Amino acid sequence: METGWQAAGDLETTMIPSLAEATIRSFLDGAIGNAGWASLLAAVVHVALVAGFFGVPAGIFIWAERKISARIQDRLGPTRVGGRFGWLQAPADGLKLLQKEDLAPKAADQILFPMAPYIVVVSSLAAFMFLPFSDGWIAVSLDIGLYLMLAVMSLEVIGVILAGYSSGSKWALFGAMREAAQMVSYEIPMAICVVIPVVAAGSLNLNEIGALQGGWLGNWLIFHDPFTFATFFVYFVCATASCKRAPFDLAEAESELVAGFLTEYSGFRWSFFFLAEYASMFAVCGIATLLFLGGWHTGIPGLDESVQGLRGSSASWPLSWLANVLGFGVFFVKSSLLVCVQIWVRWTLPRLRIDQVMMTCLKYLVPISCTLFLGAVIWPLVLSATTGKTTLLGEPLGERAAPALEIQADTTMTGREGDLP
Amino acid sequence: MSNQPLFWIFALLTCGGAVGVVISQNIVRMAFSLIVSLGSTAGLFFLLEADFVGATQLLVYVGGTLVLLIFGVMLTASGPFQQIRVSPGETFLGAAVGLLLLSVIAFTVIDVEWDTLNAARTEASPGAESGNTARAIGLRLVGIPADHEIGVHEGRGGRTGYLLPFEIVSIHLLVVLVGAAYLARAKRRVADGSTGGEN
Amino acid sequence: METPLAYYLFVGAVLFVSGIVCMATKRNGIAVLMGVELVLNGANVNFVAFAHYTPLGLDGQIVSLFVIVLAAAEAAVALAIALNFYNNHQTIDVDRGDKLRG
Repeated sequence: METGWQAAGDLETTMIPSLAEATIRSFLDGAIGNAGWASLLAAVVHVALVAGFFGVPAGIFIWAERKISARIQDRLGPTRVGGRFGWLQAPADGLKLLQKEDLAPKAADQILFPMAPYIVVVSSLAAFMFLPFSDGWIAVSLDIGLYLMLAVMSLEVIGVILAGYSSGSKWALFGAMREAAQMVSYEIPMAICVVIPVVAAGSLNLNEIGALQGGWLGNWLIFHDPFTFATFFVYFVCATASCKRAPFDLAEAESELVAGFLTEYSGFRWSFFFLAEYASMFAVCGIATLLFLGGWHTGIPGLDESVQGLRGSSASWPLSWLANVLGFGVFFVKSSLLVCVQIWVRWTLPRLRIDQVMMTCLKYLVPISCTLFLGAVIWPLVLSATTGKTTLLGEPLGERAAPALEIQADTTMTGREGDLP
Repeated sequence: MSNQPLFWIFALLTCGGAVGVVISQNIVRMAFSLIVSLGSTAGLFFLLEADFVGATQLLVYVGGTLVLLIFGVMLTASGPFQQIRVSPGETFLGAAVGLLLLSVIAFTVIDVEWDTLNAARTEASPGAESGNTARAIGLRLVGIPADHEIGVHEGRGGRTGYLLPFEIVSIHLLVVLVGAAYLARAKRRVADGSTGGEN
Repeated sequence: METPLAYYLFVGAVLFVSGIVCMATKRNGIAVLMGVELVLNGANVNFVAFAHYTPLGLDGQIVSLFVIVLAAAEAAVALAIALNFYNNHQTIDVDRGDKLRG
């Protein structure tokens, strides 16, 4: 690892630094003897890993949605596929959808109609490139990782609009129009909410933000000040809406629009939309976990330190790999809990009307998030003027930043906000 | 690290999308070509180590402006996949003038000796190789040149930052938002004044 | 080896010329707008390329950021105008806007 924050954000893939960089590439270098091909193959391995992170949680959540919705409605849900609990339900669904005929209506645009699902899936998959699953376990670590992640996820709406428009169906067009209006509007409060913890942490690098929140529970950014606490909930509402989940699923409101932009899709293309929806649920909940809920930290310093201790000796990659897997476990549990809340909300609340959805965003969420932003900026100043500290709970961020980011010891300390003297 | 293959992929997609916008007759396909073109332009920006610009291109341009454009397409198409034909003569003339213009620019580009600039850069900014320009851009906005630039610009006296343009742009955006909302709203009031729309 | 600057300039030129031709030949108002976007992007490619290949530093990137933001503003206003045009003429064909009245 080179020094300075340029190294942390190098465009080189740094996923599983010990495994991928040292093992895969050197192994491939030795086996193939051509650096170009070796890095290409390493890239393929990385893509496969990211696709795994993209697909497997999505499959788990599809199963979880079936089980949770069944329990909420006093049913059992899938019980038989794959033995107990129906845990093979999601792959079985996929297999079934794979065999279905790939239909396209006559009125549909023959180029754009088949293309639309890929845009949705690719933009959702690309978001996972910038999501750190554990400390340093990230495909592309950039200084502007969070910004780029939001940018890539905002492309999803284009696929949805094209799907709706190219279907040649009125239902699909209605769904797409609603979807476009809804997603573009909800991006505004969501972006403002995301900026608030970023201002507190002083970084857009998701890995850095995650690393800052080590130590006791009070160090999590959600407990940084009352405004970030409120922001978390506003963000969660916006994130639910931007994933077009109920009660904001106007785009596919089956009681009024048949299935919205999905009406004309069948088989595997339909399942692509489905997969992307669950994957982006995981992605937005992952962002929430990293920004507010401490990322891969358990909130108990002893546990985190022992996990970190495994990483200490970089010579033995299985141990640091294990540390990463443990970190990913913590991260996954937190994100999954948030996803489960989304599922719970979906099966509990009735769907809003489209004008109510827009009103919630423009009349309530945008002003609320702006107020929270102002408050979060002023809070540390007021606090340091009255009590001399910048945080109520936990140590000031600046003190945490030093040990957490020892690679960036002197260069970035000056750039850190939120811990003004 | 050789970026040449990536450059060719993105460059071909960019140019192909741009040409697709011109030759396509279907307005929705034009919009799609435009998305491809602008999206791969963002890829070119990443190759040029301008991460922040590339991300902004994706977020604002592709995710925002183009969605707005497609919205406009939907609202103004009188029928599905409606096309407005252009006469063959106009097409031919347009293609001829376009090729002429392109060849003029291309010859100009080829004629200039760019290597001298290249040499000057490698001496001046050894640290500019990484794409993490977000912090540097932020500092540049308030008038602090990035580390590697200090020596280069010393002779030119104090250069101001871009704070004033930045503020003007933000006010401009606000004005535009209000204006666009007013324009789009005024006509609706005229249109359904008799029926009494719910808005 | 590094991609020569001329290649990027050529891509910018293709974008620019496509935009010009698009603006000149299309009769759909929204398509004319798309041409404007292409021209702006061609300029942007040049700005960023020069920022990378010359000792001028980051100014090129900052200017391209301004261009992106202003393009968004321009698109919003132009679309509002296009919608008004459509409302008044029941078409988006710009050649039909030849009567000098609201």
